[in-house]
Amino acid sequence: MSGDNLQEIRKLIARKNVWDRIFAAIGLLSMLVGIVTLLALIIDLCSDGLPRLSWQFLTSFPSYKPEQAGILSAWVGTTLVMLLTAIAAIPLGVAAAIYLEEYAQKNWIADLIEINVTNLAGVPSIIYGLLALGLFVYKLNLGESIMAAGLTLALLILPIVIVTTRESIRAIPNIIREAAYALGASKWQMIWDHVLPYSIGGIMTGVIVGLSRAIGETAPIITIGALTFIAFLPDSPIKNEFPYISFSWLMSPFTVMPIQMFNWVSSPEPEFQVNAAAAGIVLILMTLAMNSLAIYLRYRFRKNIKW
Amino acid sequence: MVEKTTNSMSESIAVKPKAEVNNLNFYYGSVQVLKNINLALASKRVTALIGPSGCGKTTLLRCFNRMHDLYPGNRYEGEIILDTDGINILSRRVDPIEVRMRISMVFQKPNPFPKSIYENVAYGLRVRNESRRNVIDEKVEKALRGAALWDEVKDRLKDQAYNLSGGQQQRLCIARSLATEPEIILFDEPTSAIDPIATMSIEELIEDLTQQVTILIVTHSMQQAARVSEFTAFMYMGEIVEFDDTKTIFTNPSKKQTEDYVKGKFG
Ligand SMILES: Nc1ncnc2c1ncn2[C@@H]1O[C@H](COP(=O)(O)OP(=O)(O)OP(=O)(O)O)[C@@H](O)[C@H]1O
Ligand SMILES: [Mg+2]
Repeated sequence: MSGDNLQEIRKLIARKNVWDRIFAAIGLLSMLVGIVTLLALIIDLCSDGLPRLSWQFLTSFPSYKPEQAGILSAWVGTTLVMLLTAIAAIPLGVAAAIYLEEYAQKNWIADLIEINVTNLAGVPSIIYGLLALGLFVYKLNLGESIMAAGLTLALLILPIVIVTTRESIRAIPNIIREAAYALGASKWQMIWDHVLPYSIGGIMTGVIVGLSRAIGETAPIITIGALTFIAFLPDSPIKNEFPYISFSWLMSPFTVMPIQMFNWVSSPEPEFQVNAAAAGIVLILMTLAMNSLAIYLRYRFRKNIKW
Repeated sequence: MVEKTTNSMSESIAVKPKAEVNNLNFYYGSVQVLKNINLALASKRVTALIGPSGCGKTTLLRCFNRMHDLYPGNRYEGEIILDTDGINILSRRVDPIEVRMRISMVFQKPNPFPKSIYENVAYGLRVRNESRRNVIDEKVEKALRGAALWDEVKDRLKDQAYNLSGGQQQRLCIARSLATEPEIILFDEPTSAIDPIATMSIEELIEDLTQQVTILIVTHSMQQAARVSEFTAFMYMGEIVEFDDTKTIFTNPSKKQTEDYVKGKFG
C-alpha cells in the first residue's frame, strides 16, 4: 500500500472516530435528561415526605388532623387488592396464552384475537372502571368491595399477562416440543412439563409489570366507588378459630394508596401535602420492591435456559 | 425377509425385518413429497437413508414416529407395518403416542431439555408414569452407559444438561431415547451439528447399539453411511431409487443415478 493511500485511510478513520464521539455524547445527554428528571422528582418527594415517614404514619388511619393521619388502611387496601388482582389475572392470563399459542389453530380468527388482545392493553383504564361498575358492582352485586377492585384491575392487566406469557411461550424452540412428543408425551404433559416451567420467568415478569401498573391506578378504582376516607381495616383473612380462613375481607370497603394521596393533595392545608409526599415514597418503594422481585425471578428462572 | 429393489440377495437374506414400508405416499398439504416408498428395516441392524438435500429423507424418517401428526394438513397414504405385532403405524386407529413410545428419535441438532442431566434421561420414563425412584435410577444409569456417557457425567447428574459439550449433549439425547428401550431408533443426521471427534464416538455408539435395537439413520455423509450401516437406501426426489446392502450401493450400484451420487457427481 502506498504512503498516500495510508494517509487517506488514517484521515478517514479519524473522521469516523469524531462521529463516534459525537453520537456517544448525544446518547449520554439524552440518558441524563431522563435520569436527572427522575432523580429530581424523587429527591423533591423525599425532601418533602421523608421527615414525615414514621411507624406512626404507617400504622395510623386517616384523620382530619394531618399530624395524626396515616396510611394504614391505604397500604393494607392496596396490598389486598393487588393480591386479588394477581390471583385472578395469573390463571386467566396464562390459560388464555397457552390456549392461543399451543391449541388455537393459526388462522384469521387467531390473528383477530391477537390484535384485539394487544389493543386491549392500550384501552384507557377509566373504560375498565366503567365496565367494572356496570358488571361487577351492579350486575354481579359485588358492591364497592375489594373483590370488585381486584377483578377490575385483573381485567386491566390481563392483556399484559397474556402478551408477555405468549412471548415467552413462543421463545421456546419447537425442537424442544418435538423432543418431548418424540418421547411419547401427550400435549398436556408437554405443556405441563416443558412449556410452563420454561416460560415461568417470563410469566412472572409479565404479572409483576402488570401489577406495577395496577398499583398506581386511580381512575378505575374511583369509578367503582372506593372510599376516600376509611378508618377501619377489612376483616382479617386468618382467624384463630376453625376454619381459620375467612373470605369476608373480599366484600369489605377499602381505599388504596393513590386515592389516599389524591385525597391529601387536593386538600388546602400544606401539612396534608407533606403526608401525600410521604405516601408517595411508600408507593414508590412498593413498586420498586415489586420490580426488583421481577428482575430476581427472571434471573432465577432464566439462569439455566439458553435459547 | 428384507426385500430389496434389486435381487442380488446376499448374506442378508437371513435377517428378519422389523418394519416394512409399503407403498407410502406423503403430502405436506397438497404437495406430495414421498412417492410410493417401499422399504424394510432389518431387525437389529442399521439402515441408512442417503440422498441429496430436499429429497425427503427427514420426511420419511418422521413418518416412522408420526411426527407429521403434530402439524395440520399433513397426510399419509400407504402403511408401515411393525412386524412385532403387525400394526400399521400410520393407521388412524393407532395412537401416535403409542407409536412414539415404541419408536424413539434423535434429532439433527442436540435438543436436551433445560433440565438436569438426570431428568433429561428420566423424562421418557416419567411420561410412562414410572415413579419408583430405584427403577428410574437404574434405567437412567443403563441408558447413560449405553450412550457411552456414564463415566463422564456420573458425578454430575444434577448438573444442567446445557453445561455439556455439543457431542455430550447429543449422546445425552441418545441416552434419553434409549432409556425407554424402544424397538426402533430414528436418527436424523445426528452428527451434522458436532465436531469430528464427537462424531466418531457417536458412530461407534451406533454400531454398538445394533446389538439391541433396529436403527434407521439419515445421513449426508457417504462415509458415515458406509461406516455404520448394513443396508442403504438412496433417495432422490421423494422416491427410493435403490435399496441394497451398503457394500453393494457403494461399490456396485445397479442404477446410474446411485452411482453418480455415491461417487460425488451431484448432491
Ligand atoms: N413442513 C413442510 N411443509 C412443506 N414442505 C416441506 C416441509 N418440510 C419439508 N418440506 C419439503 O419437502 C421436501 C423434502 O424435505 P426433507 O426435509 O424431507 O428433505 P431432506 O432430504 O431431509 O433434506 P436435507 O438433507 O436438506 O435435510 C423438500 O422439498 C422440502 O422443501
Ligand atoms: Mg433432513
